[in-house]
Amino acid sequence: MIRFIYADELHKYPVLKETMFRDRAAQFKHRLHWSVTLDENGYEVDQYDALNPLYTIWEDANGRHGGSMRTLPTIGRTMVNEHFLDLTGGVEIASPFIWECTRFCLAPGAAPGVAAGLLMAGCEMGLRFGLEQAIGVFDARMPRIYGRIGWKPDVIGSRGEGHDSISVGLWNISEQARAEISRRSGIPVSVVARWFDRSFDTAFHDQAVAA
Amino acid sequence: MARESLEALLERLQTTKSIEELQVWAHELRDHLGVSHVLYHTVKLNGENVGAFTYDIEWVRIYIENDYKSIDPVVLGAVRRFHPIDWKTLDWSPPAARKLLRDAMTFGIGNQGWSIPLWGPAGEFAMFTVNHRASDDEWQAIIRERAKDFLLIAHLVHQQAKRIINREVAEPTRELSPREREALTMLSAGMNRAEVADRLHISENTLRAYIDSARHKLGAMNVTHAVALALSHGIIGPNEALPKY
Repeated sequence: MIRFIYADELHKYPVLKETMFRDRAAQFKHRLHWSVTLDENGYEVDQYDALNPLYTIWEDANGRHGGSMRTLPTIGRTMVNEHFLDLTGGVEIASPFIWECTRFCLAPGAAPGVAAGLLMAGCEMGLRFGLEQAIGVFDARMPRIYGRIGWKPDVIGSRGEGHDSISVGLWNISEQARAEISRRSGIPVSVVARWFDRSFDTAFHDQAVAA
Repeated sequence: MARESLEALLERLQTTKSIEELQVWAHELRDHLGVSHVLYHTVKLNGENVGAFTYDIEWVRIYIENDYKSIDPVVLGAVRRFHPIDWKTLDWSPPAARKLLRDAMTFGIGNQGWSIPLWGPAGEFAMFTVNHRASDDEWQAIIRERAKDFLLIAHLVHQQAKRIINREVAEPTRELSPREREALTMLSAGMNRAEVADRLHISENTLRAYIDSARHKLGAMNVTHAVALALSHGIIGPNEALPKY
């Protein structure tokens, strides 16, 4: 299942938190060799994790991290505007309708549905809140994965060559996109809606939806 | 039709010169949206707190006098959050919160609300709320239909309030990048989005993000307005808009 958790509430899910930041270290530092730093716990954390971002996290049956991404509004500080302006044609992307998604991460050996679930959850969140687009930073292998899932970003710009390249891209948030990911992944739209409600609705009860 | 009228309303928003005028405008907005109330208020902004709202002033007085904001689930729920908050997802179980809502409703405040937290770079914090008396189903339909409008309105009201508080005469001219200026220039010359995207060698989605960013930075409500503002502020020139021979 997926949880949407703000950074200031991550401590309520200690296992999820620890495994997420460790899996991020495994992916971004050890596998992709991005110039990221690890803290004394071996967590991959950066300055944007300190801005109280909203994480979308896949929690597996053991309460561990299966995959995640990090969201911040583009009217505040974002990674794209501070580090990747050369990939956006020099345009500082800042709009209430666009949120930034970074650190899209999959745990080693994550089940095939995890990536689709994360994207679908992101799409659901955008639809609920009235957003139009998501902007993100990703490595060279991701466009193929996004394409297979059924929600491909438009790449605005890329830096580097081949496997080592990093891109900035835009996703259009739409009901069609959500339906397409659902069709390909087999994850029902209602399940994603329930993940969303369970996280954002303090009064949410599973029974209410099941009825 | 409704869209037309919202734009006219937002255009009038930008002519408001004082918090009192903003207050009058809030009533027009409420009528336009056909909801029980709208409310904009700063929580932390240059030490000066202002509000523009359609709530009964007596209720606002009681709210401030009793320091209800320290127990208000809406305020508590928006702290350190950046997503729009549906009131019914908040925790209303504490007796104090239930009493607050009960008392508010005696002053004609509706049971449903959608509150958008507005954050500034220096930690400024304000909120824009649409409030309505409706069943959960009716409310859900309204939100589905108008979430984007509410987001746009919230940010434009916030920008206007900041302008008024800072006593700015002209609208802010946050800098646009050359790409944004090019896009607006081409649009002002009458090219459509597909043509502009093609000319700039970018996808239409990318163009959309550029235009949206420019619109936000200019405080414009739509593309046409963004072009007009850019022209009037000299950010793009009318000459550039014409084909060069």
